[in-house]
Order: sequence, then structure tokens, then C-alpha cells
Amino acid sequence: MIKYIIRRLVMIIPVLVGVSILAFLLIHLIPGNPAVAMLGERATPEQIAHLEEALGLNDPIYVQYGRFMGRILHGDFGRSIHSNSSVLWEMGVRFPATIELTMAAMFVAVVVGMGAGIISAVKPNSIFDHISMGTALVGVSMPIFWLGLMMIYLFGVQLKILPPSGRLDVAITLERVTNFYVLDAIITGNWVAFKDALLHLVMPAVALGTIPMAMIARMTRSSMLEVMRQDYIRTARAKGLAEKIIILRHALKNAFLPVLTVIGLQFGYLLGGAVMTEWIFSWPGIGRWIFLAIGARDFPIVQGGILLIATVFVIVNLLVDVLYTLVDPRIRFD
Amino acid sequence: MKKINSKLILLLALLLAMSLAVAGCGGNGAAPDQDQAGNDQPQAAKEKVLVWGRGGDASGLDPSNVTDGESAKVTINMYEGLVAYKQDSTEVIPALAKDWKVSEDGKTWSFFLREGVKFHDGTDFDAEDVVFNFERWMNEGHEYHIGGEFEYWGYMFGGYPGVVESVKATDQYTVEFTLNKPMATFLANVAMFPFGIASPEAVKEFGEDYFKNPVGTGPFEFVEWVPDSKIVLKKFDGYWGDSAKVDKLVFRSIPDNSARLMELQAGSIDIMDGITPDDVATIKSDDQFQLILRPSMNVGYLAMNVEKEPFDDVKVRRAVNMAINKKPIIDAFFAGLAKPAKNPLPPSLWGYNDAVEDYEYNAEQAKALLAEAGYPNGFKTTLWAMPVPRPYFPQPQKIAEAMQADLIEVGIDAEIVSHDWTTYLKKTESGEHDMAMLGWTGDNGDPDNFLYVLLDKDNAVKGSAGNIAFYKNDEVHDLLIKAQQEMDQEVRADLYKQAQEIIHDDAPWVPMSHSTPPIAAKKGVSGYVPHPTGVESLVTVDKN
Repeated sequence: MIKYIIRRLVMIIPVLVGVSILAFLLIHLIPGNPAVAMLGERATPEQIAHLEEALGLNDPIYVQYGRFMGRILHGDFGRSIHSNSSVLWEMGVRFPATIELTMAAMFVAVVVGMGAGIISAVKPNSIFDHISMGTALVGVSMPIFWLGLMMIYLFGVQLKILPPSGRLDVAITLERVTNFYVLDAIITGNWVAFKDALLHLVMPAVALGTIPMAMIARMTRSSMLEVMRQDYIRTARAKGLAEKIIILRHALKNAFLPVLTVIGLQFGYLLGGAVMTEWIFSWPGIGRWIFLAIGARDFPIVQGGILLIATVFVIVNLLVDVLYTLVDPRIRFD
Repeated sequence: MKKINSKLILLLALLLAMSLAVAGCGGNGAAPDQDQAGNDQPQAAKEKVLVWGRGGDASGLDPSNVTDGESAKVTINMYEGLVAYKQDSTEVIPALAKDWKVSEDGKTWSFFLREGVKFHDGTDFDAEDVVFNFERWMNEGHEYHIGGEFEYWGYMFGGYPGVVESVKATDQYTVEFTLNKPMATFLANVAMFPFGIASPEAVKEFGEDYFKNPVGTGPFEFVEWVPDSKIVLKKFDGYWGDSAKVDKLVFRSIPDNSARLMELQAGSIDIMDGITPDDVATIKSDDQFQLILRPSMNVGYLAMNVEKEPFDDVKVRRAVNMAINKKPIIDAFFAGLAKPAKNPLPPSLWGYNDAVEDYEYNAEQAKALLAEAGYPNGFKTTLWAMPVPRPYFPQPQKIAEAMQADLIEVGIDAEIVSHDWTTYLKKTESGEHDMAMLGWTGDNGDPDNFLYVLLDKDNAVKGSAGNIAFYKNDEVHDLLIKAQQEMDQEVRADLYKQAQEIIHDDAPWVPMSHSTPPIAAKKGVSGYVPHPTGVESLVTVDKN
């Protein structure tokens, strides 16, 4: 197992090198000169030339790539073209926000999705089954921006039970240690901020979690139904085991594997797909940051951001594979 | 196997329990808190916090190294320059300098500084600090010419070092600038937000990271910046002038326009900008809000390429001016939030010639003029429309269609042409168009910044033209150059008024509109005066 994990970790390196090359080239394929984009409509040709020189945009691409990789290996992701602040610092402020949101969304998705899926599978074709699967279908096809705005309007403006957007009320000050607000609130024992941060998480997490929730529900249901037809379930029933134990201990364990795959994949997608949610809920995360940087042709941010997301994606995949072996010992990787 | 199994169930149970806890919090725990924030009664007694909601975050808080409005809106509250603009116009008033004088030849500017001014870090302000700041901006070899490109210095003063030959402190509270040529716009330029004086101690201490540790002399000092989320400033107790009315200023970035409006409705922000025209009606109809219009400092226009037939004929250009009916276009596509333009200058600028009478909308007379010019049956041409909305043309394609419809009435068959934005700018700068829509937002409130940039023959150079009508009139050129070298503002205003009359007669443009961007605030917010530049201090703003 350890050997397998180490081998997978080593394999991550060429993958990331590949990603870095792609990220680098993609950016050079985007039309528009970054120097022009940065200086705006009023730049003179001299100013553009001056800036191109300063940014090293005149060197051959492989020289630029070499310089880029060299810096990254030293932990230097460069400075934002727009704000001139360190990309690593900007990442450090925003990345925890996205991870916190994504985890909360996955939490909602897994709990509600699996719960609904299990009940639906246990009572197929019941009213609950129809309602939850119908809702799941709507959930998959629901545009996040519409759902998000409706939620803000209903819970934030009309009912006033949830804060409309942001991560924390402006009146609350929270000492930042990790930039995971919920965690920071616990570390510093700031329970007002803890509650407020959780409340701020509810709506964006539900909005972002809707699609994976629906997919997990559908996957759990079909996988459970499949398993429930198996002989050993019939045997268990024949032996007179309690239905609860059959479902939770015998069926769910075996039905969990494909669901785990969906969870792993969705987690990766959520990271990149949080843009819309972060936009609507003014969530200061990585998705919105990269999105704006692409529009502004802020190369160092786009490059750093893509590398970051790719790294997390690869690590999540690894974790899912390792979890497989824990859930189902029949799967062996070495 | 059994072990894992029970662990899994335990985990699921835990997750379920936590989700119930969270849901519980959401259900009842939040309500009282939210109400407090909503009606502000308990908070008002403690601390007055004004929350400004806007679409984007600042890119940096060192004004000399930013060019975006979102940064400027924040830094203007922390920094002061030698001079400033009046609260509601672009007239220059004293700030850190209480007085100034310029030599006969226009090359030596002396500023007499205010005494007893302190920076937020507690250091005293004097002439050496001004010298440090200007040398930092203008000399590329300066040790602290770091942390950015200092673009605005280059734009406004002609490069690095540009027009300024030297800046020195002649005594503790006097600074003397020597220019290598007279520059009438010097004072208006120095009043711009990028030229706020920073604490040299702080610049030296933070180096490249000064942009997130700003220290100025303004009415508010920096507290905290959470990127993409909020910037918090608090009232500076050591401020030399009238102190701020609110204790704290918070700038929140809420990128989505609809979500921002809902935040205002929910009561979690006090004032917001970036309102979509569609939402103006909502704000007007809700009596808990006030709609504030920013005085315009922009112009949207239709430029006719005078180097191409038939626009080389002044009669044709006047006919086009008479053919386009501006009022209905403004009502329909600006949500009424614009004024019809008759000059290239917006009316909020000094030097605006209100005596100029706009061409009256009159299709019959336009047709007669066209016939006189030799086009009794009209002609075919192209009308270039911008692909992106700008403040001066919020819906350019629709506006282009409306103009097209007006033109066909008098027999001018204009085909609408569009390119992506970069290409559009490049091609219009090269004069490939017949007629093209474009606009301009002023930089510094000087008429030169409109008339010289947009209509002087110096700027009608193919490839980099600001004057995309390629309008060349020597008389106008002489007036504008004379105005650039004249130091007396009244004399300058008169020269600009003459230029506007000639331009009106020559009609190289159809000046279309001066848009007035809307701002929404809660009813209790008072003392807010929107500035034409879009950048204003919130020192006089109060809320109850």
C-alpha cells in the first residue's frame, strides 16, 4: 500500500509538468497582447514596448517557459501583472475559501444525496422515490446563478434568516491563521465568528452542492438497487437479519464503490466549477480569481491557478483510489 | 472488514449530526442577529460603519501604482495630494499645499505646504516627503521606483521623468518644481488621485509590499484588506482637517449586479454603484432607497471620417447631425440616465461652451443639405459600432441600430460594422471606418484632455489616432496649443470656448451623449457628493 502511494506520488510529477506546459502554451494562444491589455486603451507604442521588455514577452517561448518553471521550483509563482502582488500570497488568501466552500458543498451533497439515494433504493417506486429522483433531475439541470439569486432573494432579503453573501459579516473581525474561517474561529475561540461563518456557508454550499447531490443520489439509488438484487442479500434476509443491518452493513458497503468514484470526480469538478457560485455569493475564492485573471490577461495568476487546481485534482484522485482499497479489499494495486 | 464498516457508519452518522446542527443554526439562531445588522439601532450607538458595495476589488492600495477606479475609490480616502478637486467639480483647490504660484514663463511651480500634518504612522509631513514621492514616481533609477509601473506618471507627465526637470525642497514647507516646458495642465494633473503623498517611512519599510500597507495623510487610515472580500478603513484621529463623520468605512466587493442590489435590500450595504439600467426603476420605486446621479465627465460620439467621401463635405456632416434624433435614443438605451451632447466637452468641465446651439433634429432640412451637397438620393456608407458596452454607450449595438434607422430616413444607407474590441480600436485608430462610435472618459478634468486628445490634428496620426474623425483644423490647433501654454484659467476657458464653436461649425462628430452613472444609497445616508471623475472622498458622508 505504502509502495503504491509512493509510486502514485512520483507519477504526479510528469502529470504536473504536462499541465504546466499546457497552461503555459494555452495562455500564449489566447488572443491579445498582455502588455496592451494591461496598459489599456491609452497606451503609447513606447509604453507597450517598454512593458513587453519588462515582462520578458519578447523572449522565445521556451526561454519564457524555462524561466517560469525555474521560478516555480523555487516556490516563486511570480507577481500579478495587475496588482503586482505575489501570486503565492494571493493564492494563500483565496484557496482556503474555495476549499472550505467545496468541502461544505460536498458535505451537503454526500449527506443529502446518499440519504435520499438509500431511502429511494430501499423503497423503489414509492412516493419518496419519485419525489427525490424528480428533484435530483431538476437539481442536475438547475443553473447555479438562477438558484443562487433565488436563494439570496428568499432567505437573505425576504425572510432574512441567512446572510445574502460574503464569508463573514463586515462587523465581525476574525484573526486569520489558516484562512479557513470556520477553523480559524475554532482556533481563536471566536464563537460569534464561528456561527457567522457557518451561516455564510449554508447558501453557497447548497447552491454549489446541488448538482453533485443529485448525481450522488441517483448513483446511490441505482447502485443500491443493483446490490439489493444480489444473492447474498437474499441469503441475509433468509437468515432473518434485521433490514437495517442488511441495508447499512451489507448493501451500502458494496454499493458505495461507484458512489465514491462520483464523489471523487465531483470534488475535482467543484474546485474548478465554483466560479459561478463564488460570483453570485461574493465568495472570495480561487475560481472567481482565475476567471477575472483570464479576462484581464493576468498571466502569472492564470498559470499559478491552473497548476494549483491540477495539483489538487490529482491528489483527490489519488485519495479516491486509496479509499477504494479501504472500502473494498478485493481491489489491490500492487 | 467489519472495522471499516462500522467506521463508515460512524462517519456517516457524524456527518448527519453535523448537518442537523448547521441546519439548526440557520433556522432560529440567525434571526435576531440579522435583524440587528438590518436596522442598525444597537450598532449606531457604538460605531458608525458605512459599507460601500461595488463590483470589483482594488488591485492595489498604492495610488501611484494603480489605474483602476476600484482602487482609486479606496485610496482617495487615505491619501491626499498637493492639491485636490472641489467636491463636485474639477476646479482645483488646496490640499496638502495651502497655496501655490507659477512663474511668468510657466516653468517653475512653487507649492507652500500646510504645517502640522501627520501621516497615519505618526511621522510628520514636510517638503522632503513631497520630494521623495515625486522622485519615486518619476525617476526610474530611484531605489523605491518599485512595486509597479507608475503608469499614470507616464501618461500625465510624458514619461519618466517626463516634463519635470527637478523637484526640490527650498525650505521645510516649500517645494519647487522646475519643468522643461510650460504645461498648463500641470496643476490639474497633480490633483489627480495617483499623486497622493505616501509616508516615505512606510514605503521604505514595506518595499514591494507597500501596495497592501498604505500610509497617507488622509481622513481615513488603513485597517484591513481581505482580497476579493472587503477593505476596512477607520477614521484617522490625527487628521488635520474636518474629521470623518463615520467611524469606519468598509468597501465590499460583490461582483454580481443583482446580488449587490439584493444586499442593499437586505440592509447589509449602505451604498452601491454599478447599477444596471434595468434596475434603476426598482430603486426609484422603493422608498427605502435614494438614487444619486454622478455628474458626467464623459462623451459618447459618432465620428465621421473627414478624409473619406462624402464626409469631407461639411454639408454632409451637418446633415448627419440633423438626421439623428438624440432624445429618443437616450430615453430608450440609457434608461434616461444621460444628457444629449452638443459639444465634445461634458458640461461638468470648466470651459464648456453653453452658448453653442445644437443642430436641431430635422430630417427635411438634412435632406435638403444632402441635395445641396450633391447627394439628392443619399448614399451608402458604413457605421461602426463598438462590440462592448462602455459608460458612454451602455448598449452600443442597439444605439447603432437606432442611428441607422434615423439615417435611412434621410436616404443615408449605413451598414453596421463590428469587430472585437481590440481590433475595433486598432482599425478606427488607422482610419479604416466611414463613421464610428466611440467615447471618452476624462482623466483630469481639464478641457485639454478632451479637445486636444480627441480633435487636434496632432492626434490625427494614422495608427495611433485619438482623433478618429481625422479632423484637422489649423485654427482649432492654434487655439488648443495656445491654451496648453497659457497659465491663466480664464483665458484658457475662453480659448476652449472658441474652439468648441469652430468644431461645432465643422461638425466632424455627432456628439451623442454625456451619461450620468447611477448610485443607490439607503435613505439614511447623507453628505455623499458624487464626483465627475468617479473618485471621491467619503469624509463628509454620514448615516443615521
